[in-house]
Amino acid sequence: MKELSLNILDIVQNSISAEASLIEILLAETDETLRITIKDDGRGMSPEFLATVMDPFSTTRKTRKVGMGIPLFKLAAEQTGGELTITSRTRDMSPEDHGTVISAFFYKNHMDFTPLGDVVSTLISLIQGCPDVDFLFEHELPNGEMVHLDTREMREALGDEIPLNSFEVLEWARESLNEQYGF
Amino acid sequence: MKSLEELAAIRNKMKDRVAIRENNGDIRIVVGMATCGIAAGARPVLNAFVEEVRKQHADNATVTQTGCIGMCRLEPIVEVFEGGKERVTYVKVKPAMVPRIVKEHILGGKPITEYTIGAAE
Ligand SMILES: Nc1ncnc2c1ncn2[C@@H]1O[C@H](COP(=O)(O)OP(=O)(O)OP(=O)(O)O)[C@@H](O)[C@H]1O
Ligand SMILES: [Mg+2]
Repeated sequence: MKELSLNILDIVQNSISAEASLIEILLAETDETLRITIKDDGRGMSPEFLATVMDPFSTTRKTRKVGMGIPLFKLAAEQTGGELTITSRTRDMSPEDHGTVISAFFYKNHMDFTPLGDVVSTLISLIQGCPDVDFLFEHELPNGEMVHLDTREMREALGDEIPLNSFEVLEWARESLNEQYGF
Repeated sequence: MKSLEELAAIRNKMKDRVAIRENNGDIRIVVGMATCGIAAGARPVLNAFVEEVRKQHADNATVTQTGCIGMCRLEPIVEVFEGGKERVTYVKVKPAMVPRIVKEHILGGKPITEYTIGAAE
């Protein structure tokens, strides 16, 4: 992938396929490092399945045998000297608290670091495609400032009749994020 | 900073329009957003459709996303579904192609054959 924000878009699609209702996208950045954490409350993965998921020759998908999303994200982290970890709990294992946490750690100054890129477009694309899923986005910048978007707050202000993927609402979200980033 | 109060204003402004919109929307534009599609550039294509549909007032169309369409080398792939018509599959779509697809196909009713899968094969 050309930007890590595209990996994020791709990894969050897995959470959506796993029928998550809340997906947290948390970025924590210093001058030297970046941590990307994606947390969902979807159906989770069993330990046996999880053990094989990092390896591109395992997937539960039917149209094509090889799942590439997680291996690509893992590679992007590892090639900077960082790492990717996954913890997951299925409904059977943990009926109250099931879901998946994927956390990737990057060294930003490594020459093989992929830039984060247009994370705003990733978020807008996600809300556009899944207006009924909730997203919490937080980006802690190297200067300590926090960029924040929570679709639950948006939903509360909008009421039930206006879907989150209405053009005006997407534009509001885009402008809100751009403003917080100082674009 | 953009405030949540602005959303409440959007809510009031849109209330009446939502009811009208729900009646049409008989064309579905579906963008493939699996790993292969995203890597090939599906994100800007999706956003271009959202914007062009709005800009050209193609109120008869809705833009949605789907997983893998199963032809990775032809991504980004966009499928157009319209009641009573055969599905049209656009392949290797670039944002620059989107204004024309909305104008001639979504609004004008004429698929652009040179962008479709038939032309690529
Ligand atoms: N958040 C998640 N919750 C539940 N299962 C998951 C989650 N993320 C991944 N999986 C499982 O792991 C598999 C591998 O994911 P991966 O993204 O690597 O490939 P894929 O989604 O199958 O295909 P693609 O190459 O299109 O991404 C998925 O098919 C799914 O079964
Ligand atoms: Mg995937």
